[in-house]
Amino acid sequence: MIEFTIWDILRNLLLATRWTLLLSLVSFVGGGVVGLVLLFLRISRRRWARAVAKYYIELFQGTPLLMQLFIAFFGLGLFGIDVPAWLAAGVALILWSAAFLGEIWRGCVEAIAMGQWEASASLGMGRLQQMRYVILPQAMRIAVPPTVGFSVQVIKGTALTSIIGFVELSKAGTVVTNATFQPFTVYGLVALIYFALCWPLSKSSQILERKLNVAHRNH
Amino acid sequence: MNYHFEFGWLFEYYPQIVKGIAITIQLIAVGAIAGISLGIVCAWVRALGPPWLKPVVAAYVELIRNTPFLIQLFFIFFGLPSLGLQLSELEAANIAMVVNLGAYSSEIIRAGIQATPRGQFEAGASLAMTPFETFRHVVLIPSLQRIWPALSSQVVIVMLGSAVVSQIAAEDLTFAANFIQSRTFRAFEAYFVSTAVYLLLAILLRQVLGMVGWLIFPRRAAR
Amino acid sequence: MSLIEITDVRKSFGDNEVLKGIDLDVAPGEVIAIIGKSGSGKSTLLRCINGLETISKGSISVAGAQLLDDEAHLKALRLKVGMIFQQFNLFPHLTVGGNVMLSQMVVKKTPKPKAEAMARKMLERVGLSQKFDAYPDELSGGQQQRVAIARALAMQPIALLCDEITSALDPELVAEVLAVVRELAAEGMTLLMVTHEMKFARDVCSRVVFMHQGRVHEIGAPEEVFANPRTPELKQFLGVH
Repeated sequence: MIEFTIWDILRNLLLATRWTLLLSLVSFVGGGVVGLVLLFLRISRRRWARAVAKYYIELFQGTPLLMQLFIAFFGLGLFGIDVPAWLAAGVALILWSAAFLGEIWRGCVEAIAMGQWEASASLGMGRLQQMRYVILPQAMRIAVPPTVGFSVQVIKGTALTSIIGFVELSKAGTVVTNATFQPFTVYGLVALIYFALCWPLSKSSQILERKLNVAHRNH
Repeated sequence: MNYHFEFGWLFEYYPQIVKGIAITIQLIAVGAIAGISLGIVCAWVRALGPPWLKPVVAAYVELIRNTPFLIQLFFIFFGLPSLGLQLSELEAANIAMVVNLGAYSSEIIRAGIQATPRGQFEAGASLAMTPFETFRHVVLIPSLQRIWPALSSQVVIVMLGSAVVSQIAAEDLTFAANFIQSRTFRAFEAYFVSTAVYLLLAILLRQVLGMVGWLIFPRRAAR
Repeated sequence: MSLIEITDVRKSFGDNEVLKGIDLDVAPGEVIAIIGKSGSGKSTLLRCINGLETISKGSISVAGAQLLDDEAHLKALRLKVGMIFQQFNLFPHLTVGGNVMLSQMVVKKTPKPKAEAMARKMLERVGLSQKFDAYPDELSGGQQQRVAIARALAMQPIALLCDEITSALDPELVAEVLAVVRELAAEGMTLLMVTHEMKFARDVCSRVVFMHQGRVHEIGAPEEVFANPRTPELKQFLGVH
């Protein structure tokens, strides 16, 4: 029987962490792009656009991410497409992240006082100009802390892709456990690596939010 | 595309699905009640409790909030037996739910406590109540009322997250879906139906939590 | 014999000394008005007597109960002294009756029927017996403040501290609250009140304390203090030249 040192375990886990990071990044950026589209639909003046975005968000926030992964993985196969795990993982996580980011950002846009819309309208700006020059710059400031906070949810969400067979940190944890029979150590280390990735983001989100609150109070 | 959707098998696997739904409901019922209770205790410690206990609770909260639920579950189910703590699938799943929701809800509840006007604490004190009595009888209910919508959302999120307990073979709704999928190879129908059930459960759970709020908060008390 | 003995009390917030050695003895049944500019330390003094602020130096005792900074002593003291706040501080999730009953049941372990009987009696006393089942946000400011008085009275204190209890009220609601206080004074309750109601102080109080820069600057019977202010600070405060 081969003996595994802590270092052997850790090295294997860290190698797999690269995929967790890459998938997180892709999901977060892709989710941001789709989320922006959702945001514009959600605050559009057209009723159908608002409805589409609303139901999209309710659907993705009201069902388990794991089910979304299963449907992307098994469901797309029905269309004759052979879906590799990484593709299903990426697609599902992007669509899922988009729903949350779109909703977070909508809250930020709605937090901008009505007077800002009215003032910019009275200056003769069109809807897009109002967004571009008046509303978004202000909304973006307050959107930073919750957006950074959500990135933590994305990283943790990638753990579920191990279930459809994408080899990232969690899957590596299971593989290494099966080889070493040391679940306590391995999953403990896996948890610590996730913590090391997530905690700085959580903390900065908190600090940013506190700064923003202080800035607001001084207004 | 020449795939024919078929839902007839649903009747055949009806018992599995019902059992799965029952276990998912049981998980969130225990998770919500015990998790929020744990959250209240932790929130009290962090907002008003003894100083030596604060870092302990803070570490617990941060650790849980910054690691995936799946790993917490694996650690409890696969890892703890090496410390001599052998748990059944369902026990491990329940514990993981409580531990997870306890951490999240404590942060939400703490925000509610911190938004309490100082005068409420002083009024309690001036009536000779101890700090704990003031917390218990004066501060707690309005604090919960203030954050009840956020807490309800978190409970729904944790309910949806419970889908992963199928991975330690706890026989919840997702487990039933996987079981049917492996028997019938009708993946799409199996996951489509269970996803729809989850959506329904999420909507129902919101209603139930709204009603609970309506029952325990007699009045608009948030200020 | 004095009921409340305040001896050389000092209180600092950081470098800022707010109370610079206060001596004050209050006899049973006395009604004392504490007046002065904002920042003179009058509210802080009141809050110290109830242990809401810890004093830096000196001693306070009420009917033999020493003010010490531990739970048992604080409780003993607060059972003897009730406090009414500027902002009422009613408990928003409880009915009026619930507000008046809560501390009786929690602190004194009074059984519910007895607590309720006491609550009804005290609400009767402040003229609000018909509001027993109402919630605080359904009441006017004046009514809320009267409930707060009933709530303090239900603990059967031997003295009441009133911290600017009419300052947050609309002018037309001040009278109903002062009428209740006037009645309490007539019944012999010992009262210490920080107030801006000079006419009330003149009519009802047995002594007036003028505080200035953390000290008792002048003290005496109201007719003396108001008619013949000795120091320029009090003259300026009262607007007499």
